[in-house]
Amino acid sequence: MTLEELQTPCTPNWCPGCGNFNIWAAFKNAAVKEGWDNTNTALVAGIGCHGHILNFVKLTSFEGLHGRAIPVASGLKLANNRLNVFAHVGDGDCLGEGGNHFIHAARRNHNITVLLHDNALYALTAGQTSPATGKGVKTKSTPAGNPDEPIYPLALAIASGATFVARVYSGDMPKLTELIIEANKHKGFAVIDILQPCVTFNKICTHAMFLQNMYYLGKDYDPKNKIKALEKAYEFGEKRIPVGIFYKEEKPSLEDGYSQISAIPLVDQEPKLDSLTDLFKKYT
Amino acid sequence: MVNKDDVVSVKIGGPAGTGVKSVGLMLAKIAARSGYQICDNTEYPSLIRGGHNVMQVNFSEREVTAPRVKSDLLIAFDQLTIDLHFSEIESGGGIIFDSDSKMDISKVSKDISLYGIPLKKLAFEAGEKNIFLNIVALSSAVGLLGGNIETFKKLIEEEYGDKGEKIIEADKKAADLGYNYVLENFKDDLHEYMTVIDSFSSPAPYMVISGNEAAALGAISAGMQFAAIYPMSPINNILHVLAANQEKFGYIYKQPEDEISAINMAIGASYAGVRSMTATSGGGFCLMTEAYGLAGITETPLVIIEGMRGGPATGLPTWSGQGDLQMILHSHQDEFSRIVLAPGDVEETYRLTAKAFDLADKYQTTAVVLIDKNICENDRTVMFPDVSNIKIDRGKLIKEKVEDYKRYEFSDDGVSTRSIPGVGNFFIANSDEHDEYGYSSEEVDMRNKMMNKRMQKLTSCSKNDMPAPEVYGPENADITILSWGSNKGSILEAIKSFSNVNYVHVTWMNPFPAEFLSKFLSKAKHIVDIECNYTGQLADIVKEKTGIDIKDRYLRSDGRVIYPEEIIEKLNSVKGVKKI
Repeated sequence: MTLEELQTPCTPNWCPGCGNFNIWAAFKNAAVKEGWDNTNTALVAGIGCHGHILNFVKLTSFEGLHGRAIPVASGLKLANNRLNVFAHVGDGDCLGEGGNHFIHAARRNHNITVLLHDNALYALTAGQTSPATGKGVKTKSTPAGNPDEPIYPLALAIASGATFVARVYSGDMPKLTELIIEANKHKGFAVIDILQPCVTFNKICTHAMFLQNMYYLGKDYDPKNKIKALEKAYEFGEKRIPVGIFYKEEKPSLEDGYSQISAIPLVDQEPKLDSLTDLFKKYT
Repeated sequence: MVNKDDVVSVKIGGPAGTGVKSVGLMLAKIAARSGYQICDNTEYPSLIRGGHNVMQVNFSEREVTAPRVKSDLLIAFDQLTIDLHFSEIESGGGIIFDSDSKMDISKVSKDISLYGIPLKKLAFEAGEKNIFLNIVALSSAVGLLGGNIETFKKLIEEEYGDKGEKIIEADKKAADLGYNYVLENFKDDLHEYMTVIDSFSSPAPYMVISGNEAAALGAISAGMQFAAIYPMSPINNILHVLAANQEKFGYIYKQPEDEISAINMAIGASYAGVRSMTATSGGGFCLMTEAYGLAGITETPLVIIEGMRGGPATGLPTWSGQGDLQMILHSHQDEFSRIVLAPGDVEETYRLTAKAFDLADKYQTTAVVLIDKNICENDRTVMFPDVSNIKIDRGKLIKEKVEDYKRYEFSDDGVSTRSIPGVGNFFIANSDEHDEYGYSSEEVDMRNKMMNKRMQKLTSCSKNDMPAPEVYGPENADITILSWGSNKGSILEAIKSFSNVNYVHVTWMNPFPAEFLSKFLSKAKHIVDIECNYTGQLADIVKEKTGIDIKDRYLRSDGRVIYPEEIIEKLNSVKGVKKI
């Protein structure tokens, strides 16, 4: 599909300057480059500003519930493992409400790509603290400052067993496009933590802040070392926001373990009912 | 020992972990293989070892539909079984116990035959282990009842096939020892209650299955291809059957991290185009509630089996209940078309589970199969279903690309053409209110049309698919029983004692047969509502939908089976009842 063909009649309703515009554009660029279309790709989203993206990309999709995109994507992939399956999720959505699903899907290594739209707060409900909001940050739900420590999403992903873990800043569209493609090519549970500003409610994680403080993991960084990756995942501060691929591990995905779908996706098979009578006989 | 009627009841009791359920099931299968129909009932606490387990196996040449208070023969593996159940032995019945264990049988009535058998001694003779004790006990019962010991030994070979030659040989020796002991020592007290029925055609036409197994088999035979189920009593055996047979039948069973994930995974798989299901009990369903409506608004077909136990919260984990009916009908915010079927026995569970898959596909919505623990875990003999000509109708499902495809296109019956990802058709299955393509829309006219479309599906289902409820007993009766679920079995046994009592058995809870019930119940002279919940939830639905207020409600919420004897006692108190 071309960029024009990926266009829908809906006009994006994000705030001007929102990081979601970058993610949207990068995702469409990746789709055009890789030939993702309605014969080979399906998208799932949770609920939050990120979820609106489904209305603006003409790829078949499922808009689920707040926090529940990953299980829907997991079932979808098991039923049709021929498809590229992307789960667009938000930080409040995936790390708060859906934290349990995130951990266990990573552990099981479903072959899906999770694009975490991380603006470090709840934006669609107008600016409350999220699990990714820093300690002490003032939001509408924490006017005296957030008393809680944040979750480090990449550390959580690595510790839980995700096999492709990366971070990128939404404003770096070429890098974002490249990583989305690489994450999809990876066989297993791939997570990209996409740092995005919320121009309306987050006055700390701004475009300028990201640009001033992030640095790219260099050639000397070994993404195969899990312990080093975990250490790196906890790095976050002034001039210390690493971006790039933190961790990558080659191993069979969950879907690889099912002989039922090793040749043909479930959805393309007829139910096998020939041995029903043999099964009934076991109960005599 | 003398049996006075046409049903033989054997009760087996002992501590959990001593094989009460496994020998009970064997007894049931020996009877079924000899041509008898069976019905059993298991009661146990929420423990893996210790506690008190008891199973009653009833068999008869006729269909037997319910357990009973009294048993003809009690097999007691410990003193507690004697203390708790001696009073439930029919006069003229018998009790099997270990003669070497100094059991206190002083309270047992004089007209009960005592079968003291050296169970432990014979078990050690067979295999130097206590574990063969239950086989010795069961084989002595088989001897007393006139059952075929070869049938028993063949069953041991089949059931314990994976335990190794040595164990099987010891089990078979244990069977011979118990059987022969009875034949030698109780020569004058041997019976023909379980002899092979002459007219009976071998191999057995019956399966001995529980409601859980029936649900799993019903799903497999309906072409289910994806199941995600989180364990919870009393539905665990559904997932055990599905997990064990997945490679052979080509479907996928996945154990998820919680019930929320279970239902969302099943929705994802169904959206991808395969028949999908989940199963749980009431507490797990509470977690699923959020996604129940997700399937509703995205119009994704989904089958949910809900096995009820007593609640709220953890409640009575291993006991039965019928308190979730109103929850299944009303849970989730706002409204959507939900189909709810409530089978009343094992055979209905098989049939209605398969039916639920057809209805979910046809109306592109949720179909819940609501059963209670007594159905889930108790076995019945069921004839082999005819599977020679299974046709799987996926409804308005297309897998080809079409021009200007509209996933939620308006239609008279409320059902649109459903496509799936990967075939070239663009659409959004959207949890937000949406237009015909699935794009989010909050526009008034669109919202109203979409609500109408989705709600229309229930009307269409009611018109096209819903049968009238079954009525058992005389058409014109003085007393009419209204009930549902596993109470069916006990009611059918009970009304045999009366000439003027009939029973209307409701299995379709949504859509609801209001028109039929309105006509039928308004003619009834006296209605008795029987339910295993505190308020009479079905009676309340009848009141809501027909205006008929049933005052006489026989309700139980203690988790136990309502026995036929108890229903007979209740009916005896109703004015005008005529005994046969």
